[in-house]
Amino acid sequence: MTAANTKLSRTPAGGPGLRGRLSDLSSRHRSIAVIVGMSLVALVLPLIVLLPPFSSFSGQTVWMDGFTIAGIYVLLALGLNVVVGLAGLLDLGYAAFFAIGAYTYALAASPFTGWDLPFWPMLLVGAVVAAIFGILLGAPTLRLRGDYLAIVTLGFGEIVPIVILNSSKYTDGPNGIGGISPPTLLDTRFPTTGNPWPFYLTMLVLIILSMIFIYRLQDSRLGRAWMAIREDELAAAANGVNTVVTKLLAFAIGASTAGLAGVFLASKLQTVTPNLFRFDVSFTVLAMVVLGGMGNVWGVAVGAFIIFMIQSVFLKQLNIFFNNVQVPILSDIDFLQYQFLLYGIALVAMMLLRPEGLFPSRRRRRELHTEEDEVFAEHGDAMGAAPE
Amino acid sequence: MSARESAVTAPPVTATIMDAAASGDVLLEARGVTKRFGGLVAVRDVNLDIPKGGIVSIIGPNGAGKTTFFNVVAGIIDPSAGAVEFRGRKLIMRPRRTWIEPILWVAPSVIVVLIALALGVQNGGDEGLAITGLLALGLLITTFLLAIIRPPWYTQLLARMGILRSARPNDVVTAGIGRTFQNIRLFQNMSALENVLVGMHIHLRSNLVDHFASSRRQRREEEAAAKRARELLRLVGLREIDDELAKNLPYGDQRRLELARALASDPVLLLLDEPTAGMNPAETSAMTALIGRLRKDLGLTILLIEHDMRVVMGISDHVLVLDHGERISEGTPEEVRRDPKVIEAYLGTSAS
Amino acid sequence: MTTTTTVLSARPSFVETFQRLRLGPYLFVLGVAAIDYVVIGPNQFVNALTIGAIYALVALGYTMVYGIIELINFAHGDVFMVGAFTSMFVLTQALGQDGPIDSPGMLAVVLFINFTITMIALGILGAAIERFAYRPLRHAPRLAPLITAIGVSFILQNIIQIIYGPSPINTPQVIDPAARVEIGGVSIGVVNIFTIVTAVLLMIALQMLVSRTKIGRAMRSTASDRDAAQLMGVDINRTIAITFFIGSALAGAAGVVQGLYFGNIQFTLGFQAGLKAFTAAVLGGIGNITGAALGGFVIGFVEVTAGALGFFVWGQAAVFAVLIITLVFRPSGLLGQQLGERT
Repeated sequence: MTAANTKLSRTPAGGPGLRGRLSDLSSRHRSIAVIVGMSLVALVLPLIVLLPPFSSFSGQTVWMDGFTIAGIYVLLALGLNVVVGLAGLLDLGYAAFFAIGAYTYALAASPFTGWDLPFWPMLLVGAVVAAIFGILLGAPTLRLRGDYLAIVTLGFGEIVPIVILNSSKYTDGPNGIGGISPPTLLDTRFPTTGNPWPFYLTMLVLIILSMIFIYRLQDSRLGRAWMAIREDELAAAANGVNTVVTKLLAFAIGASTAGLAGVFLASKLQTVTPNLFRFDVSFTVLAMVVLGGMGNVWGVAVGAFIIFMIQSVFLKQLNIFFNNVQVPILSDIDFLQYQFLLYGIALVAMMLLRPEGLFPSRRRRRELHTEEDEVFAEHGDAMGAAPE
Repeated sequence: MSARESAVTAPPVTATIMDAAASGDVLLEARGVTKRFGGLVAVRDVNLDIPKGGIVSIIGPNGAGKTTFFNVVAGIIDPSAGAVEFRGRKLIMRPRRTWIEPILWVAPSVIVVLIALALGVQNGGDEGLAITGLLALGLLITTFLLAIIRPPWYTQLLARMGILRSARPNDVVTAGIGRTFQNIRLFQNMSALENVLVGMHIHLRSNLVDHFASSRRQRREEEAAAKRARELLRLVGLREIDDELAKNLPYGDQRRLELARALASDPVLLLLDEPTAGMNPAETSAMTALIGRLRKDLGLTILLIEHDMRVVMGISDHVLVLDHGERISEGTPEEVRRDPKVIEAYLGTSAS
Repeated sequence: MTTTTTVLSARPSFVETFQRLRLGPYLFVLGVAAIDYVVIGPNQFVNALTIGAIYALVALGYTMVYGIIELINFAHGDVFMVGAFTSMFVLTQALGQDGPIDSPGMLAVVLFINFTITMIALGILGAAIERFAYRPLRHAPRLAPLITAIGVSFILQNIIQIIYGPSPINTPQVIDPAARVEIGGVSIGVVNIFTIVTAVLLMIALQMLVSRTKIGRAMRSTASDRDAAQLMGVDINRTIAITFFIGSALAGAAGVVQGLYFGNIQFTLGFQAGLKAFTAAVLGGIGNITGAALGGFVIGFVEVTAGALGFFVWGQAAVFAVLIITLVFRPSGLLGQQLGERT
């Protein structure tokens, strides 16, 4: 080996090198960055809503409940980002795993079954159950090409609510399961009304943990294999990556995050119905991932928060807002009626303005608009290669 | 051999290959390989022996079936007939009755349910049904996982039942065969270093727990892997481009990078699909020299596809000439060069 | 070596010839349909064919758009829904109809006007959606147009909901649903025959258009290699717009038929139907026009059979179960290209 004496510690100027340079120290520093960043956000949000424009809509408690639900969507978007953003698999039925997690906890801790299993271990159980379903769905279908997978997952996302709806014996059908126990910590039940902090902080911890884990996965050999599959599946296989297992892991990890979110949702709402997990949830989460900037963990989290706020808070508060500011014509319109229209327009507009998402990962940004200058191999013809 | 020994990460490939009973000096043995696409026979009944340490070339005019044959050897397409043996182990063959396999996935669960029904569970109440259901679900998951992970005994069981599939491309890599592509297929939006690191994937041992914990073991492994990857980049003559995205590299460097990536899996046999395609004469001779050096330094065996005869004549020990999917000549470069059939094939196709 | 030469040197055997004709999928579907006929009886069989024809018409739009720009056009199901409402608008407002028309001549004129206006209007709608929501994103990441498609789907649904309200509304069944004819001892509704014949005629017309005309050639070349087609002088934008026009016009026709056959429509109609139609397109092998038609009929059969056997609520689930099973055995759908890896 002659070429080994090279400059190993070359520090390139910014750009692509940043990633490589950070990779030695990344995990620890990144985890700290996630913890500090998220904690700051978590602290600032409840304070902001005390200020005038926000405080006129509703009180801090209501806002914080809203943020907690937004956190569930952030969690979902983070999980789907693993599947879609990192591994490049299009999953259109993600809400199914969300439903599976939620119903797992609903069955484990509600008067409907009579069981009352504790919340914290059930978080893990919900994640595992969802992951198992992810594997069951993925195993026969992950060999399919990208868009065939999309329709199969879409179908799965449709089937799960139908099954829940029609198996009244086990799920109480359309009525859903009510009276689900909230989490308990140190013998204290989380208050379901009034003090929003326990749920809020629990959500915060879940998001921080998910972000740290996803960052670590992204930097591991598994993350590299996902990226390789996204770039060129055949080349990845021809370099020894077991594409089926790798894709399945992405599927399972994405599903388990949704399962986690589902368990939390069930404990937060104390009631679950099949309607909570319809296709528009899957689509909304996908829109969050794409709009946030696929593959960028922070971007996806912020994108999820923004879209949730637009969809569930902003559009619903428009009436109050325009009544408050007393604009003559606008205050007469019932915006609630138009919320899906406005939501659709918002999706289209944001996508047209920022096709690569609000916060594209550095890598993704570079891959845009450069498709044209692909290098084509010039093949010499047989004549030139002919023997004398 | 030095490069092989400096592989810091994993046990050398040789240890992971199953049957030690390698058949003599022949590393790879293709027998009667045939591939049909619809009505077109792309490769017809081709045989090839690759001796250990040799450079064997397949040449032929455009459309001669070189790349098809090559893809069969690399496990990317299944042959219509014939088999490929690597180190005495049947690696690739015509897949038989592949549709049975999906049935095998569900068969155990169905059997359990049927037995339970035969025993009269439905009369026994909910608990029996629940147990049966769980058992069936468990079996289903187990068989699915087996089918995906494919432990050797599962493959052997399938072989015994006559429903074996060919090795997948990644199995071929694990067995010790690395390859490059004719039209370069790098991971365009990954850095040069990352490309090589993907090539080392099969030798990295960190698992999910390591990933989550970001364990010291994983960090050590990654550092060692990155060091080795840089060595490989230097070996193929790439400097100062470690963090450059693959697609931003000049064409010649992309070829070299692909070579480095293929070497990263520590292959015993290297398959090169037109490694000098699209190169100018200077680049071509540099690449030819590099290939020769790889054989000498790393003790690699190389299977080369080319239609540029000049490249082939310089470095090959043995040449196989294909035309219209059939073998028309075989021998040393000198013999092939003089073979009237070869001359006719080349001039004939170019004249028409 | 000896074993392979015998196979190759001889004349193509019967089995080989059979394989080359690629009749397998058709025979399979025919066989399943025949068994199904016995199971569900003639009335439901005709019902299945009718519903299948509607799905097939919608599926054509999915498969054409996917074939040409590899986009899952989620708004297509809602385009179909808008078609049903447009047809209702034309019938009630423009033509002043509110029930069955007895005179065959009058009926023909009404249907002709209705089909023409609806199909043109929907074609323009489809092309407009393409122009404003998809074309600006042609060089964006692949998932970007998918999200705008979802957005457009929400927009269309909400607009119709605002105009016509959330509950199902009646649409005039200008072909008397009670009118039946006797064919081979089986009494079949006229509207069923009309639906099936219309769908088949439209499919044949589409097939001719794609395989015989200049624009069809432009579509096929754009689908197989957009850059090369452009270099050869094909106007890509125009070709894609025409593809959307045709696909949406077919969805409009399906919408007309839907109203005639079922007699009531609702703003949520699009998603469910679109989902099944897209399933049909994938089942048949996406990008393949014949496949989409075949898939549509298969889905119709599965759904009606599930209903007839008393599993109505599981119809949707059955459809996807069939899809998954089909894809396990034929990963590219019934008629899809069994793509070799390109290297």
